[in-house]
Amino acid sequence: VVRTRQTSSSIPFYRNVRVLTVLAQIGFALAVLGLGWLLLSTMLGNLERQGIPISFAFLRQPAGFGISEGLPFDPSQSYLAAFGVGVVNTIRVAVAGIVLATLLGLGLGVARLSRNWLLARLATAYVEVFRNVPLLLWLVFAYAALRVSLPRLRQSLVLLGDTVLMSNRGVALPWPRASATFPAFVPWGIAAVILGLAIWVWLRRRSAAAAGRPAGFGRACLVALVVCVAGFVATGSAPIYWSVPRVSGFRYQGGVVLTPEFTALLLGLVIYTAAFIAEVVRAGMLAVPKGQQEAAQALGLSSAQTFRYVTFPQALRVIIPPLINQYLNLTKNSSLAIAVGYPDLFSVGLTINNQTGQAIPFVLMIMVVYLSMSLLTSAVLNLVNRRLALKS
Amino acid sequence: MIETPTTTAGTAERPGASPRGVRFLWAWLRGNLFNTWYNGLLTVVLVAGMAVMVQPVVTWVFQQAHWAAVTTNIRLFVVGLYPDEYLWRPGILLSLIAGLFGGSASHGRGSMRFVALLLGVLFVLLVLLPVGRARLYVALAWLSLMGCFGLDRLFRLPYAVWNVGWFLSLPIVLAVLGGSRGVGLEPVATSQWGGLMLTILLAAVGILASFPLGLLLALGRRSTLPVIRVFSVVYIEVIRGVPLVSVLMMFTLLLPLFLPAGVLRPDMLWRVMVGLTAFSAAYVAENVRGGLQAIPRGQYEAATALGLSWAQSMRYIILPQALRAVIPALVGQFIALFKDTSLVTIIGLLELLGIAKSVIEQPAWKTIPGGVVFEVFVFTALVYFVFTYNMSLASRRLERTLGVGRR
Repeated sequence: VVRTRQTSSSIPFYRNVRVLTVLAQIGFALAVLGLGWLLLSTMLGNLERQGIPISFAFLRQPAGFGISEGLPFDPSQSYLAAFGVGVVNTIRVAVAGIVLATLLGLGLGVARLSRNWLLARLATAYVEVFRNVPLLLWLVFAYAALRVSLPRLRQSLVLLGDTVLMSNRGVALPWPRASATFPAFVPWGIAAVILGLAIWVWLRRRSAAAAGRPAGFGRACLVALVVCVAGFVATGSAPIYWSVPRVSGFRYQGGVVLTPEFTALLLGLVIYTAAFIAEVVRAGMLAVPKGQQEAAQALGLSSAQTFRYVTFPQALRVIIPPLINQYLNLTKNSSLAIAVGYPDLFSVGLTINNQTGQAIPFVLMIMVVYLSMSLLTSAVLNLVNRRLALKS
Repeated sequence: MIETPTTTAGTAERPGASPRGVRFLWAWLRGNLFNTWYNGLLTVVLVAGMAVMVQPVVTWVFQQAHWAAVTTNIRLFVVGLYPDEYLWRPGILLSLIAGLFGGSASHGRGSMRFVALLLGVLFVLLVLLPVGRARLYVALAWLSLMGCFGLDRLFRLPYAVWNVGWFLSLPIVLAVLGGSRGVGLEPVATSQWGGLMLTILLAAVGILASFPLGLLLALGRRSTLPVIRVFSVVYIEVIRGVPLVSVLMMFTLLLPLFLPAGVLRPDMLWRVMVGLTAFSAAYVAENVRGGLQAIPRGQYEAATALGLSWAQSMRYIILPQALRAVIPALVGQFIALFKDTSLVTIIGLLELLGIAKSVIEQPAWKTIPGGVVFEVFVFTALVYFVFTYNMSLASRRLERTLGVGRR
């Protein structure tokens, strides 16, 4: 015992692992901080020489440039407001893109596994072509193709029985608008939602207590619908109507107009991301063991029932995490909007940078917004993973 | 009695191949296209849809399309604005790289031979195309590919020769393309590099330079030392959390600010290369981390039990296994990077996509109604596709030869 104690105390500090690890970390931290300080001081010196001190005060100044689409924006509003419009535009295109890419990707993923040879081959060809060519090419291509192939406003293409108009001014779609009786309907709507939720929760709790699968969603919806219809009758007319676009003068009147920039960006993001989502869906479906399907058939379930109750719920567990990752990719990729002239947060930020020369605040603001989106996504992902995890 | 059906089937197979073929086709159609009523309907609709599409597409490709926009600009697509009198430099460098592929293919297993074979076929196809003086260089590259392969077969050169060659190839390529008065090569400004050459160069620099950085970050992320781990995690997650275009913009805007004024003024190409490397390193690190995590704990413990230090156990036990498992993922990363290089167009470099955009704007095509948008982008997409698709085929072969996931 005495000998071991002697040896352990006689280890010189430069061979003591505990000391060494602490020293290594201190050395590393000092090196990083030193390099950081060196770069920072050089940068501050350079900025001082250029006469552009770092400050966020410029954000309060009037922007002086217009933004072609998104929330209403006036050049006399501040840079910060302009950036906000950009952030909203990013969210707008990302949400629309996520919904459409999911639908297309889901369809393609299922089609790739179809027992119809031709359909499966076509879906495979789609996936291989669209994910092996850069997204930026699809975006630039879509934008250029839209611009050269769409007619002038007066000769707008008319689709779907006069409801959709397409021209080089953009795509005009019908859109629901609130009618004059909408305010009177609002209390009815709120009542319908509350009542429906209450019935749903109550039925769920009752059926869960009685064992068996929780049900009642359909009945809750029915009750909510009945309340809504009662509201229609009481207020005299429908609270929402379809606003159908028309050409009037030099612009579209009514409906909702998607600019060529937005359309090209959305189109490019959707067709590209859908190819990746199709692969995610396919991998998820293939991950379900074949025995599961055979067992379902042995139980006498139809192929639709097998898909609904056996294959899909299990595939979903594999699909959802990479799917959310694809959503994040789509959101990050929407920064390529700058190539088609859509004013997203990156493009607006760059304009601000070009006007003010405030490169550091520009980079920081862009980074912070995208990073908070990523953090939000990974938080959602963790939550979903916890819910999906098999409970043993 | 049980034997008879099989023997009759066996004899019937040989003489009458065609009825069997017809019957087989029929069975195949029934089994794959008309197996249920809705699949039958779907097949009919799809075939009808394709039939409607075929005629306009064929007319466009063979009659209406102005492919002259592509053929007259093929030089721009391949090397960009690289000066005419120095075109021999990329020409010779192509032979150098082809030779390295040939030599490595002689040593390598399936996947390397597959890549070399694809290259050989590509060169032969290119020589057949009417692409002017470039045919000479392509033919030379093909000879170099075959020559190095044969040389290695004949003399059994050590693999180190080719490894050293690969290691030196990137600096040689950059030095020869850039030129320097000291060695008698007239300098060529990096702003004149472009086209497919620049695309490949950026992707190669991005993946090769980011590999050591990514490896260190992966080891750092799995380190037991908290300071190093936190640094690695923050770097990786920040880079992965923001889009590439913002990283590129950050480096093009900020790199000159962070360097002492007047001393170092990296031009656009170098800034972009640094940005791509910094970006790619985070992704490489995550791939390598995947490989490190796949190594069973027993391997680490065995290495420690043998008395190996951390560095020794990494060098001799862990990394050889981990990196082998990670190669397919790294090839995937290379493919992604190859596509991502198109983003440098936004910064203003004229790589493949940038050239495509500039060709569309040429005044010669402005008189054509609608311009040459479709011709140029279809061609550019095809070039990207040929490269990425073949790389992903090679990667799949690589997975099989390495036996990833089967051990």
